[in-house]
Amino acid sequence: MNTFAKITATETKLFLRTPFMGIAGILLPAAVLLAVGAIPGMTEPSPAAGGYRFIDAWVPSVIVISLAMLALQSIPGAVATYREQGVLRRLATTPVHPVNLLGAQLLIHVVVALAGIGLTLGVANVAYDVPMPKHPLLFLLTLLLGMVSMFAFGLLAAAIARTAKAAGGFALIAFLPTMFFGGVYLPRALLPEVLQRIGDYIPPGTQPLQDAWVGTGVQPLQLVVLAGFAVIGTALAARFFRWE
Amino acid sequence: MPLIEVTDLRKSYGSRVAVDGVSFTVERGEIFGILGTNGAGKTTTVECLQGLRQADSGEISVLGLDPAADRTALTRRVGVQLQESQLPAKLRVREALELFASFYPDPADVDVLLDRLDLRDHSRAYFGKLSGGQKQRVSIALALVGNPELAILDELTTGLDPHARRETWRLVEGVRATGVTVLLVTHFMDEAERLCDRVAIFDAGRVVATGTPAELRATAGESTLDDAFVTLTRSAL
Repeated sequence: MNTFAKITATETKLFLRTPFMGIAGILLPAAVLLAVGAIPGMTEPSPAAGGYRFIDAWVPSVIVISLAMLALQSIPGAVATYREQGVLRRLATTPVHPVNLLGAQLLIHVVVALAGIGLTLGVANVAYDVPMPKHPLLFLLTLLLGMVSMFAFGLLAAAIARTAKAAGGFALIAFLPTMFFGGVYLPRALLPEVLQRIGDYIPPGTQPLQDAWVGTGVQPLQLVVLAGFAVIGTALAARFFRWE
Repeated sequence: MPLIEVTDLRKSYGSRVAVDGVSFTVERGEIFGILGTNGAGKTTTVECLQGLRQADSGEISVLGLDPAADRTALTRRVGVQLQESQLPAKLRVREALELFASFYPDPADVDVLLDRLDLRDHSRAYFGKLSGGQKQRVSIALALVGNPELAILDELTTGLDPHARRETWRLVEGVRATGVTVLLVTHFMDEAERLCDRVAIFDAGRVVATGTPAELRATAGESTLDDAFVTLTRSAL
């Protein structure tokens, strides 16, 4: 087994042994969606939302919860803890670069995010007849861009924070607006127009996700902005990352 | 040719001078001690030897390599035990050894290491559940898992009880007996006296004396290395 595969296998075991984040990442979004759908009126077509049902608009918001939690809580916590414990430093004295450890962490989180989102789509479809994305490829592309930009912010939080606690604090600064603009606290349709428009461009890209879903097509500019966030976030994280 | 050769090493952090013209050599097969109080420049010197830090000036040769330029080549041949470095709490002892073994081209046999460091009974234990002495034995095992020619052990017995310290010393002697050169960083005089063939005494970023523990006692005119250390570092002030 090559070194990266060995590290990833070991990290996966460790991730499963403290299963809180894994369980939360996979089950929580679907559970939230089930709860929201149980609220009377959520599954009825609403004239205020142009004939769509609220539950349909909620699915992308639930995806935001999943991504924000993994990217802005789980990743910075894991990486900062490794730095705090001196694991990254210890690794730097071996022939293996500590970046392998970050890679393994990202891979695990991508898998958990995809599993959680997949489960959410399935539950939404079965329980509330929410249709599957009309443009699956565009949806996946938007999702991946949104995911990378969020994960990059998580790494940036881990990069500039000295301790796991501080990383959680930095990440919270990004966490709250992400959740807000993603329509988690209030459905986006109820937000003032200007906030909705700002939210269109904030990672992980609730609006383009929704557009790819219902089939109105995604505005290329939104994807470009998402990609921009992803590139800048990754570059900043790489620039400021400290191994100790 | 010495295994380690350091000539006039200097390193500052901003205006604070951490290492101020350090020179010493370590011969193959010996246990060499770097002694000094906290802030004497021991750890910075060792980090420069490992290539973790770039020296401001001076020459360093470790196993014939320049640590700053050939760090990757060096890491394959040098085993390291770091001060205050932990492993994930939920990692099992055997898993840690197998993981680190996978980093090296010619690793030691994990089972042999578990036996040698008396960790066989704890091979399935989580690192976080081990006692201080057991954790130190794991970190020594990890330093040896790559079959190194040189082992750098930093503050090895800090925080251990007297039994665990003696047990750890016995293990270090065992490491040298297998032909590995040991660089031991410590601020315990009894540890240096017991283990080291030669020591360098660091004070305020400089080497104030080098020699066998007996030579240093004689130079200082004291009966213990502890007293010799105090005398030698005081005269340098």
